[in-house]
Amino acid sequence: MTNLDPTISGRIKSEIDSQDVVLFMKGTPVFPQCGFSAAVVGVLSHLGVQFRGVNVLEDDQIREGIKRYSDWPTIPQLYVKGEFMGGCDIIREMYESGELMEMFNTHGVDVSPQ
Amino acid sequence: MAMQAYEIEELIKKTFPDAIIKIEDMAGDGDHYSCYVESHSFAGKSRVQQHQMVYQALDGRMGGQLHALALQTKIPS
Repeated sequence: MTNLDPTISGRIKSEIDSQDVVLFMKGTPVFPQCGFSAAVVGVLSHLGVQFRGVNVLEDDQIREGIKRYSDWPTIPQLYVKGEFMGGCDIIREMYESGELMEMFNTHGVDVSPQ
Repeated sequence: MAMQAYEIEELIKKTFPDAIIKIEDMAGDGDHYSCYVESHSFAGKSRVQQHQMVYQALDGRMGGQLHALALQTKIPS
């Protein structure tokens, strides 16, 4: 979290804390504008997990800030109960191995696979 | 903007000399790669930390010069 403006990190923190599952993405859950974001939306929808999408394309400060906040160079980024879980590759890998479902269960997030 | 597969491999190899690295140019455009890295350095690290270590090895190119690198890391069994 080096040299991140406290106003921006504060805004990011309140987005992350706004709901149990928050996805920073390009576009919206209904209309993703990037294949990697779409893939994570697909996984979450498939598991029937309620989440909030934050569209980084609408806000340059958040778009650049979130990368420094988590020390992670790409978007999408998934947060569960305030904890950074990973980007598209990790979420997909965890989904395929069943770990994602387990993680939601241990974090007390409701899952209802579609 | 694009990067060659061997450049990516060299950068990763510098940080992880023991690594088994497999890189595939998925779109044939030098901009969308999939990359597999297997190294003992990942032992005891979370997946997020393992990926962060590879991104650090790429020295800021990920998300900039390198648009898409589908990454898979593994600890040798």
